[in-house]
Amino acid sequence: MSGRSKSRINDFVLRLANVNGTGSASANGLLMKVIFRMGIPVMGKNFFPSNIQGLPTWYEIRITKDSHLARSGHVDLMVAMNAQTYQKDLKEVSPGGTLLYDSTWARHSVLSRPDITILGVPLARMCNEHFKNARARILMKNMAYVGSLAALLNLDRDVISELVEEMFASKKALIPSNMEAIELGFEYAKEHFDCPLVTRVEPMDKTSGHIMIDGNTASALGCVYAGATVGAWYPITPSTSLMDGFKTFAERFRKDPETGERNYCIVQAEDELSAIGIVLGATWNGARAFTPTSGPGLSLMNEFIGFAYFAELPAVIFDVQRVGPSTGMPTRTQQADILAAAYASHGDTRHVLLFPANPKECFEHAVAAFDLADRLQTPVIVLSDLDIGMNDWMCEELQWDDDYRADRGKVLGAQELEEAENFYRYLDSDGDGIPYRTYPGVHPKGAYFVRGSGHNKYGAYTEESDEYQEVVDRLCLKWETAATLVPAPAIRKSPKPTDIAVVSVGSCDYAVLEAIEHLAASGIYLDYLRVRAFPFSDEVEEFLEQHERVFVVEQNRDAQLKSLLTLETDYPKNRMISVLNYSGLPIDCRCIIGAIEQAVAKGVAA
Amino acid sequence: MTYIAKPKIVHGGLTKNALGFTIRDYEGGMSTLCAGCGHDSVTAALVQAFFELNIPPHRVAKLSGIGCSSKTPAYFLGASHGFNSVHGRMPSIATGASAANRELCLLGVSGDGDSLSIGLGQFAHAVRRNLKMTYVIENNGVYGLTKGQFSASADVGSKAKKGEVNEQQPIDPVQMAMAQGGTFVARSFSGDKEQLIPLLKAAIKHNGLALVDVLSPCVTFNDHEDSTKSYSYTRRFFHRAVHLDYVPPAEEIKAAYDEGEVMSVELHDGSRILLRKISKDYSVNNRGAALDYIRSHHRKGEIVTGLLYIDESEPDMHRINNTTTTPLGSLDLETLCPGADALASVQARFR
Repeated sequence: MSGRSKSRINDFVLRLANVNGTGSASANGLLMKVIFRMGIPVMGKNFFPSNIQGLPTWYEIRITKDSHLARSGHVDLMVAMNAQTYQKDLKEVSPGGTLLYDSTWARHSVLSRPDITILGVPLARMCNEHFKNARARILMKNMAYVGSLAALLNLDRDVISELVEEMFASKKALIPSNMEAIELGFEYAKEHFDCPLVTRVEPMDKTSGHIMIDGNTASALGCVYAGATVGAWYPITPSTSLMDGFKTFAERFRKDPETGERNYCIVQAEDELSAIGIVLGATWNGARAFTPTSGPGLSLMNEFIGFAYFAELPAVIFDVQRVGPSTGMPTRTQQADILAAAYASHGDTRHVLLFPANPKECFEHAVAAFDLADRLQTPVIVLSDLDIGMNDWMCEELQWDDDYRADRGKVLGAQELEEAENFYRYLDSDGDGIPYRTYPGVHPKGAYFVRGSGHNKYGAYTEESDEYQEVVDRLCLKWETAATLVPAPAIRKSPKPTDIAVVSVGSCDYAVLEAIEHLAASGIYLDYLRVRAFPFSDEVEEFLEQHERVFVVEQNRDAQLKSLLTLETDYPKNRMISVLNYSGLPIDCRCIIGAIEQAVAKGVAA
Repeated sequence: MTYIAKPKIVHGGLTKNALGFTIRDYEGGMSTLCAGCGHDSVTAALVQAFFELNIPPHRVAKLSGIGCSSKTPAYFLGASHGFNSVHGRMPSIATGASAANRELCLLGVSGDGDSLSIGLGQFAHAVRRNLKMTYVIENNGVYGLTKGQFSASADVGSKAKKGEVNEQQPIDPVQMAMAQGGTFVARSFSGDKEQLIPLLKAAIKHNGLALVDVLSPCVTFNDHEDSTKSYSYTRRFFHRAVHLDYVPPAEEIKAAYDEGEVMSVELHDGSRILLRKISKDYSVNNRGAALDYIRSHHRKGEIVTGLLYIDESEPDMHRINNTTTTPLGSLDLETLCPGADALASVQARFR
């Protein structure tokens, strides 16, 4: 992108290269929060290893006055704290950029670049001289570079001290030493460099009404608000923080302060096979229940997911996707479970999927997932990903309507059963493909047998072809009903009429929006549809039909969303062009711009 | 899980239990298992136990996995809720059911294939959780539906119908449950109704996971000579260590026992079990000693039966979790949802 403007005020990328387990995460989080509180839109991405201590980790902060909350692909300021990756980090600085390193140890002259500014701060030496405790010396280096950056980037020091106080609210004794470290770095930078840099921050007012939250925490809140009482899980990156979040909120809101009695039950299961079984046992008994997992866990759950589809039991599964196949790269992001989730389990099965694009939607989709699962009596899989789930995103404040009433679907209570002549579990009395169900123990007339084996509409075992087919055909009708109930796609029309469009999903959203904006500036106009659910509603089909060419942007190798559109809509496959990112790092707009520009230049799309 | 509907003929003279139900009300469909299958005797014992305990059928959920044993819930308690899950995964369904509805009476019926091979992990963890449920294993050492392969409970030296000899060590659910901290561990024989019925009644009333391993011969694939799970072998070598009588709440103890011979254990609902030692050196609340006893008899080819271990004091899953006494599934959204104001305050830390 040659059109990058020179002014970098409130428009640059700061990347911090650290060693994991050294306490850099809190310093980097602090930096991001300072910028956010100064009113400037900000994006943060953590690229971390599947490891506890000692391996390279990067944190990327984009300061973006225009709210481009995806990666830009540039690095304007690199804080190179990891000798192991120094050479690579140096290379990645964009021309004209700046690199700050710990000059306690000299860098070899080969490791230099004439086109960037290199600043050395003796962070380790200063901290070693100032702090006695060995662990503090390591930790305080991070706070010291925060101090230097405060001087170089013009960060508000009052906001910094306010945040440090909040950070250590429960360990107040740590506040002075952290502030001292910040001061050390600040003073050194002030004394030795021209502060602030051209690349710097100036206060704005573009973050009010917003929060910084990760998707897993937002999903957890959604579970609490939707009234989920049973959570079953097996720990797996990157979904673990979802259950951690649920526990935190449930302890706060669901525990009797006097008796300590809990209005919830979390079961850490022996594996994901069991976690999903626990969810089904609970929903069978009328509780709202969920399980957070990731790809490998979803694979293990397949058998029970098919069971739930056929026996018609609600379940909410959060698949926080990570890089596959197999163990893959557990701490990297991807959207590669789309097909595995859509058709999970053997036999003819299709499942309702929700695709949140940011933490706010994680919250909303979590609530919607419980309503849909209950209404449709089927598993609903919320397909988030590591990028949304584990990174703090700037998003609008979460809203709750106190008039919300949970849709528990078609459940016959004691009174209704008492008055009913009889009850048959799989009868489609309403013509929408959704039968009525009962909870165990409620009324003698409500008893029935839940089974994954062939059954007829009365709920009895069958091996009769007609009876079996009648039930599975009714499930297709239910699927059509599902398409009318799931969240509508997000559609954004171009300011000028166009017959080309982008279709995308989930965490690609901000990169797509930025690409569309950029392309419009060079005269390429695109409409945009973001799929928010499967089955695809009529709106998706109509949107596709309105366009000659559609670029399908997604984060996996095999174009899984495109495959799903090919299988589940009538839109011709040869009118879809894939734009794929499957590096494991969150997509940036450059690959989208590049692919679309190229296609337009070739005349493939215009 | 095939079954044939059983015509319900109610004779005027049938005895009614305290709820006004006859034993017919606790029966299910006709069994489609092989004639003489041990499982059908377990089915009959369960029918009797639930009838005598005066439990309303619709308050019972019977759960199973896959296999011959797992088909049996279709043959008893036809008016109860049923859940025929996937192979080896019944304990997880039971865990969720208990989590959501702690008032439901949970009965799991499994087999040696279902619980000791594919479902060994779920079995062990259900014991570890001390889930309040009755867990019956109908144990015959063989896979019936797939035509006679050895199961994990087959004894060393046991011969299959086609002549193959098992040389791998058996997995004994009783010893496993004891080792996992099981709080009610019992073994019985499908042919010993006198022992099995009171044992099941006590199991149903136990406040935690009650394992009842029932040797239940497979007449088609494992009832021949050289099988250690046959009727004749089990009859010859089963060894009653403890005799159990179940006494409902507030009922007087009528049977005459010699002082000192009987141990009374009170269950959480006020009912009692009276344990009479048949073997002098057996201790029903000493885990280590009980295990030693079972092992030493197993070495001699003997099968120790009866209530082998009990501890009513260990907390079950809900006591450990301190779950509210109202079943979670029946709490309304008003109780569960913190509301808009709370959401605003939660978000303060994200600003």
